[in-house]
Amino acid sequence: MSGAPVAPHPGPAKTSPTTQAETIFEARGVNLRFGGVHALTDVSFGIRRGELFSIIGPNGAGKTSMVNCISGRYRPTDGKVYFKGRDVTGMTPNHRASLGIGRTFQNLALFGHMTVLDNIMVGRHHLLKNNFLTGSLYWLTGARKEELSHRREVEEIIDFLEIQHVRKATAGTLSYGLRKRVELARAMALKPDLILLDEPMAGMNLEEKEDMARYIVDLNEEFGMTVVMIEHDMGVVMDISHRVMVLEFGKKIAEGRPEEVLADPRVRRAYLGEDDEEEAPAAPAAVVPPRKEVA
Amino acid sequence: MTLLFQLLVNGLIVGALYGVVAMSFVLIYKASRIVNFAQGEFLLIGAWTCWWLLTSWQLPFWIGFPITLVFMLAFGVILQIVVLRPMIGEPIISVIMVTIGLSIVFQAAMKWMFGVFAKPFPPIFASPTMNLFGLEVQTVYVMSLLISILIMAGFGWFFKYSRTGLAMRATAFDQQVAQSLGISVRHMFAMSWAISAMVSAVAGVTVGVVNGVSSALSFFGIKVFPAVILGGLDSVIGAVVGGLIVGVLENMAHYLDSQWLNWGNMYEIAPFYVLIAILMIKPYGLFGTKDIERV
Repeated sequence: MSGAPVAPHPGPAKTSPTTQAETIFEARGVNLRFGGVHALTDVSFGIRRGELFSIIGPNGAGKTSMVNCISGRYRPTDGKVYFKGRDVTGMTPNHRASLGIGRTFQNLALFGHMTVLDNIMVGRHHLLKNNFLTGSLYWLTGARKEELSHRREVEEIIDFLEIQHVRKATAGTLSYGLRKRVELARAMALKPDLILLDEPMAGMNLEEKEDMARYIVDLNEEFGMTVVMIEHDMGVVMDISHRVMVLEFGKKIAEGRPEEVLADPRVRRAYLGEDDEEEAPAAPAAVVPPRKEVA
Repeated sequence: MTLLFQLLVNGLIVGALYGVVAMSFVLIYKASRIVNFAQGEFLLIGAWTCWWLLTSWQLPFWIGFPITLVFMLAFGVILQIVVLRPMIGEPIISVIMVTIGLSIVFQAAMKWMFGVFAKPFPPIFASPTMNLFGLEVQTVYVMSLLISILIMAGFGWFFKYSRTGLAMRATAFDQQVAQSLGISVRHMFAMSWAISAMVSAVAGVTVGVVNGVSSALSFFGIKVFPAVILGGLDSVIGAVVGGLIVGVLENMAHYLDSQWLNWGNMYEIAPFYVLIAILMIKPYGLFGTKDIERV
């Protein structure tokens, strides 16, 4: 699987264009415990503005937990998270969303009975200036004008993701690949500076994956959003990421450019589970059976 | 025959009022999964407030009524913040117990403040009844029907087209996802209580004008129960239809009883029989969403 011929992004853009850019998000010594389970242990890293940053690791390594700590769904037991230089550790998810963190979910989380357009419009919620009371005076308070400008931007996103033809369809009736795209559109509608994608390509066929990879690259380059992605398809990850962080059992074991990470022996042992049997027959491999990635 | 027709019209008008109260009940349930047993007390408080403004302060109806609505709006928000917000995250059954407690407290407080006897509203319309297609109808009923239709249309618009309504639907569907899109779940809860209290007060005042204000008004809350369950707990349209059915049924049962059966009190009981029958056929109500467990 890791050799999947996904090459959506020709050209030399793989070297991060943002080596000197400011840090948009930073985690310092993040610990997350559920009772006795250590989901994350002392994880620290920084994400630079404009970067396409991937988090990889075997199943249960704590990738989604890490993303939930960024989005605010979980609060770290220990440690701090900073967004745009601000300590956001204690902030609610909705507060963080309004500061500019958007996300998609690992399991599809669309509002199934709403139309695609409504789903995306929900993402605009925090950008609306009119509240319930002023909004009810639709014509007087500029709510109408506001509404129209939102519609325009939403249409741009719809065009970008090529979902015009299902605009009015009920989200729950769409195919899996389309639903994933609608979910991405909804997260984009927030106009986030940092967008978190939890397995955007899981369960997709090759063609859908290529499309999605292209959208993610464009999202990053054209829309200027910093992307944090969790993905199991190593081909895609290594192709489009600027930097990669590897987690195993809640600990960070590597971070760096894709080729550096791939070359790291610890990563090969932990994640790809290959080449190692002769050298360390009794060590971790016995405890952790080699993992085949699931895509 | 005229009596039958008269009762049918009465049934529809009262049914529309049931529908309005049922909608405000459903609103709270949809947003927060709380079954509000204090709904009837909202009517009572609204009616007493309006009565007090009209008699003690000698305000004309068209000033006293809006003040009542504003008061109820604030009342709903404060109630949610003070009593129900601390209960967020507690088991839903505890929250329901709290609403039962609230209903007892409000009931007693109203009796303490305004006495136990029914008090008539000062006359609001020049003539108490009017002739509608050859039928004698209370003017206030005509007003209440108009207001009911207005409120229903308002609800329809609110949930379908307004952004706040959309955000509320999103919250009802999945709170985590709604938060990740920048929607404050607390605001949505507070708003649902505020709107619910306000709309109930409209119904309370209307019934109060017809029958006088007394604690008997809160029985409306109980009567609305079959309407809500009939329509399906989480369906706004179902609430309206359920309300109309219960209203008409009551009056039809009354007709049947007074003409032939002479059992007495069928008026009160008939809706509950029909409720049982319908729930045996459709356990989720006429329009309710079925919980489907996917494994």
